[in-house]
Amino acid sequence: MASILGGLKVVELGEGIPAAHCAKILGDFGAEVIKVEPPEGDVTRQHGPWPGDRPDPEASGLFLALNVNKLGITLDVTTATGREILLRLLGEADVFVTNLPLARLRALHLTYEELASRYPRLIATYFTIFGLSGPYADYAGDHLTASCAGTQAMGIGRPDREPLQMPLSMGGYQAGAAGFTASMAALLARERSGAGQCVDIAEAEVLATLYNIGAVVTYAYRGVTGIRRGSHGSALYPDCLLRCKDGAVGLVCNQLAQWLRFLELMGMPEWTKLPRYRDRRKMAEEYADEVDALMAPWMMEHTKAELFAMCREKHIPLSPCNNAKDLMESEHLRTRDAFVAVTHPVGGTVEHPAPPYKLSATPAAIRSPAPLLGEHNAAVLGERLGYDAAALAGLRQAGVI
Amino acid sequence: MTHNTNTKLPLEGIRVVDFCWVYAGPLMTFMLGDLGAEVIKIESRKRLDGTRLGKSIIGDRARVNATDPAFMPELQPLNHGLNRNKLSLTVDIADPRGLDLIHRLVRAADVVADNFAAGVMERRGLGYEALRQIKPDIITLSLSGAGQTGPLRDVLAYANTLAPLSGLGQLIGYRGEAPLGVTYPAFADANASIRAAGVLLAALYHRNRTGEGQCIDVSEWQCALMGIEETLFDYQWNGRIAGPQGNHHPRFAPHNTYPCVGKDQWVSIVVRNETEWAAFRRALGDPPWAAEERFADLYQRQENLAALDGHIAAWTREQTAQAVTTRLQAVGVPAFPAYTVEDVFTDPHFQARGTVVDVEHPMVGLEHVPASPWKLSTTSPSVRRHAPLLGQDNDYVLRTVLGMSKDEVEPLVEAQVVY
Repeated sequence: MASILGGLKVVELGEGIPAAHCAKILGDFGAEVIKVEPPEGDVTRQHGPWPGDRPDPEASGLFLALNVNKLGITLDVTTATGREILLRLLGEADVFVTNLPLARLRALHLTYEELASRYPRLIATYFTIFGLSGPYADYAGDHLTASCAGTQAMGIGRPDREPLQMPLSMGGYQAGAAGFTASMAALLARERSGAGQCVDIAEAEVLATLYNIGAVVTYAYRGVTGIRRGSHGSALYPDCLLRCKDGAVGLVCNQLAQWLRFLELMGMPEWTKLPRYRDRRKMAEEYADEVDALMAPWMMEHTKAELFAMCREKHIPLSPCNNAKDLMESEHLRTRDAFVAVTHPVGGTVEHPAPPYKLSATPAAIRSPAPLLGEHNAAVLGERLGYDAAALAGLRQAGVI
Repeated sequence: MTHNTNTKLPLEGIRVVDFCWVYAGPLMTFMLGDLGAEVIKIESRKRLDGTRLGKSIIGDRARVNATDPAFMPELQPLNHGLNRNKLSLTVDIADPRGLDLIHRLVRAADVVADNFAAGVMERRGLGYEALRQIKPDIITLSLSGAGQTGPLRDVLAYANTLAPLSGLGQLIGYRGEAPLGVTYPAFADANASIRAAGVLLAALYHRNRTGEGQCIDVSEWQCALMGIEETLFDYQWNGRIAGPQGNHHPRFAPHNTYPCVGKDQWVSIVVRNETEWAAFRRALGDPPWAAEERFADLYQRQENLAALDGHIAAWTREQTAQAVTTRLQAVGVPAFPAYTVEDVFTDPHFQARGTVVDVEHPMVGLEHVPASPWKLSTTSPSVRRHAPLLGQDNDYVLRTVLGMSKDEVEPLVEAQVVY
């Protein structure tokens, strides 16, 4: 079947998460992505995890996940030759994706103003923590910084303890996904205008907007909402994670009828008849932990699978708290082909999550494993740009590639 | 209101028939509206969108009587944020005449979007196979908790049951403790909505070039697997099952939030390499503890993280989060206060970037909504109109888009098909 972005050329220059994730999605839809790494390799090659816990920059799990469907070249873009090669690649590219900090972009003359005059059709997608404009444009940061600035952290954790970021590099992934969507908008605009443009993705802003539709509009009436509540969510009990025999389950009863059915399932214990446990709003706001403790004896008698089955039958929104093993063994995910085995020459065969959508005519797909360091130097620089074997050897010797 | 004076918006001329309701779906279609699409929200007084229900928190600040049931569906701020720029058509799709109106509208549309439970659109005569008979190049997108196929396709999914289900919940919480499982505000819907908007744009791009439409099935659960791959690989390679991650980072230390002067005030500090560690030490005035061998490199700082965090907290506790931020950012060390939504309103940076946008609502007055999560230099998304009143655009859609006469529309209104 055809791919949507077949023939589209993407150049990725950056380290870490957002640019890599954005380019990976473009690659899932068939774009040719050339990932430009510094000669010592991308930082996520040092991240892990590794097969058999043996650190190896060619088999870092985070790198393998982020960089499927890409060609990989190494290039020292701070050298004159390296820069010239990069510019030649940009001359052929439709989309340039980068998450270098602003200061480095200026030093390398890769700001949008400088690129636009040379490549008017180029779409340049910049990932930073705070954006390309504004007083903090030059502030340093990572996804923890962005989680704090974007208000997310204040919503995660216990009220009396430190705020938490989204786990792992989730903030960077969010920025990457936003960059993909915005780059597609720019590609649609270019179909009409013929002109490229600058796409400015501020990770902190992605979190501050997307997660705050409710909190921003209600602020005027309710003040600040969205402050962390431990294992509890909204202001209506239950909207929480509860321990059970072999782990935990998530239980959310937005409707009173759902909660009453759950109480019935528990056999209507005596405490549920007390007025104190009738006001679901008060229960959530004033003594949620106390109610959790009252639920615990019954919850601890059942496994998450048993609770899930019982609640499904009674139309009560409860989910098992799945771990990595549960996910890999999930019959539902298997039925949906949610994992795809990818064989990497060093990492071996490992199952990746497939693109999370099914398109009837033009599916997104993982077609090739992440590149080894400099794997496509010869193919890209040689065949594409015409450097012969001797010239490539020279570049290697000079440390350019 | 920001008025866009730039060139055409990317989705100008694109019409979306929007069955999305409550939260996840509208969160996706607001991005399409901001990008210039004409998003027609299909509603009905017979079954109101969940975000139009309940007692309004606006109270006497509304321009109308907030306790009058007729006005209550118009006074819900969350609804206003999610549905800015959208048009409202109120039609009863359970009535064959209502369904016929929708079919006529689909003929004039590019996209049909929904976030109903799996199978609902098909049962209502609005599935892809039915719609492509009417409009061969139509693009349909269904966003649901677990996708349209598979044994759990009908799973009841709210944000905080999706987080545990998807595997993310297990990772949320303090390291070495039991998982907390939830985030507030919730993660799964926002994460899926931004990806769904992107795949929809990709499908439009394809249709523009080839004339081919298609049907798209987006699973929120699978969307949430994007970003936890490393834990899935660690399980496959090493049999390890990851638990709560806290603020831990395998390559950076310190990497945490620290208490500051004031109630519930915190600052994040991140040191990514030895250059930043040296700058950090200098900014603290080279205290003796920082020179100790056990903090000399990343490996040792990771090994002695609790002691390291203790020293840093003792330093931050005496200062405001802003003061720590200014001091550390001045020497290139990542630091930033843990903001609340109030800070997003008042912070000069977010103000300069227009992260919050004003919009005038006829029954409420001036309201504030978050901007789109990106900026494009020549076709930037914009907020052009307030969220629609129920049925506000019935006339426009029926008379102008569908070309119906007054005589055709009136009986439908009378029969509460348009209602």
